[in-house]
Amino acid sequence: MSFSSFGKIGYVSETKVEDFVRFLEKGKIMATKCRRCGKLYFPPRADCPDDLSSDVTWQELSGHCKLLTFTTVYFAPTGFQDDLPYSLALVQCEEGVKVFAPFSKDVDEGKVHIGMNLRLAPKKLPNRRITYELKQT
Amino acid sequence: MSVAIVGVGQTPFRRSCGSSIRELCFEAFRDTLTDIDLVPKGIDASIICSAPEYDKQRSPAGLISEYLGLNPQPTFYAESICSSSSTGVKVGYSFIKSKLHDVVAVIGFQKMSEISSAEVQERMGRGADIQWESPFGTMMPAGYAMFARAHMQTYGTSEEQLARVKVKSSKYSFLNPLAMYRRVVTLEECLKARVIANPLKMFDCCANADGASCVILASEEKARKITDTPIWVAGIGAASDTLSTTARTNLTGLTCAVEAGRQAYRMARIKPEDVDVAEVHDCFTIAEIMACENLGFCKPGEGGKLVEDSQTYIGGKIPVNVDGGLLSKGHPIGATGGSQIRTIVLQLQGQAGKTQVDGAEIGLVHNIGGIGLYGNVTILRR
Ligand SMILES: [Zn+2]
Repeated sequence: MSFSSFGKIGYVSETKVEDFVRFLEKGKIMATKCRRCGKLYFPPRADCPDDLSSDVTWQELSGHCKLLTFTTVYFAPTGFQDDLPYSLALVQCEEGVKVFAPFSKDVDEGKVHIGMNLRLAPKKLPNRRITYELKQT
Repeated sequence: MSVAIVGVGQTPFRRSCGSSIRELCFEAFRDTLTDIDLVPKGIDASIICSAPEYDKQRSPAGLISEYLGLNPQPTFYAESICSSSSTGVKVGYSFIKSKLHDVVAVIGFQKMSEISSAEVQERMGRGADIQWESPFGTMMPAGYAMFARAHMQTYGTSEEQLARVKVKSSKYSFLNPLAMYRRVVTLEECLKARVIANPLKMFDCCANADGASCVILASEEKARKITDTPIWVAGIGAASDTLSTTARTNLTGLTCAVEAGRQAYRMARIKPEDVDVAEVHDCFTIAEIMACENLGFCKPGEGGKLVEDSQTYIGGKIPVNVDGGLLSKGHPIGATGGSQIRTIVLQLQGQAGKTQVDGAEIGLVHNIGGIGLYGNVTILRR
């Protein structure tokens, strides 16, 4: 499975971190870690700008995270109109990295508040596409 | 050697302008040259600015410079989305300061109606990181809405305070014949408007427009020959931040604006309280509140109270966006920075008519590209 199957609509087909999608298929959300300086990256990066190293390794994220901010959108770019309204959020993972992700439809909008605990999980989409989303803990 | 702005001009900002991009630019260019002692042959270089995703013409600098009669002088193209023409002014300033050129024209334009709304919708989806954020269906309002939500949570900023920014801007656009919206909007209307991206509603968002602007810069020696009222570039700052939301450390302000402001204040040797009138990038109401904080017009978290206390109106502590701002004057991406500079130049020349801030001597322009991606601050002095 190539990277172009990531997300509802994919714009990037080739990347050195395409293994991310293969891990996602297996239920794992992975970050990359620079072997030289130890810095953890999410979204995963093939290259570390701090020491110009490309010696990176995969590290799984637990999925435990806290809500930093969010919004529910009523207008969408091409290809997302059918999903409206939907919510997007920024969360902080327990490993320290931040993740930008949509809310799962089963999250109760009325109970959402900044600082709440959420769980980041892979999500299979129609047409053999795959993504990740935020679920209630 | 000082660098001056010797001329400014713009077209009206309209939903659909009825002319081609070359004609739009010509209108702003002629408006600029009308009142000053300068002809196209006296311009040593041109910098053309727009956001190319809205252009049909490839490499528009060639087309525009030809139509304005600016060949064979060198022409350049500058892009930083919504702050393209501020970037153009910075490049023009550097050309003059380095003595490469004496007189430089910066022409910013955008014909948002050049492409269909379906095409606009498609391009909007690619404004974020296309590998890791666009696949979730995000666009500009969602990004600023997330800042608004964090600002409300951290500082207690209210939706009513956001709405007050639009109420103010509509009051001033009513007085600006070049503005797109000429109707005064009430607080109730703003609060009842349909939601775009929670907590931002229709009136919290600026509207796309067609328009062009022009700023002509000159060396001190040339400036004195071109106009009796040169306005001096006292400070200029620019900075960038990450495109990825995930790499941002500040969710209640724009770090690139703080940094660009710091550079500009230092170069101009002034403090925020010395600014008499400001144009800030109010692409969304929350953006004006964050701008006031990031530029030091108030403390972090007090931007909502600043507008609520009417301190950003004429007669207040710091009049902000008294031409209607992006919210009500309209936002033709590549033309916006030049239009903001035009407003401040007219203020410092005492030519701002009904929205003149009495005795304005120092003015500031804050122009942002993307969701705090490119920050530009320009300080002008009479
Ligand atoms: Zn490293």
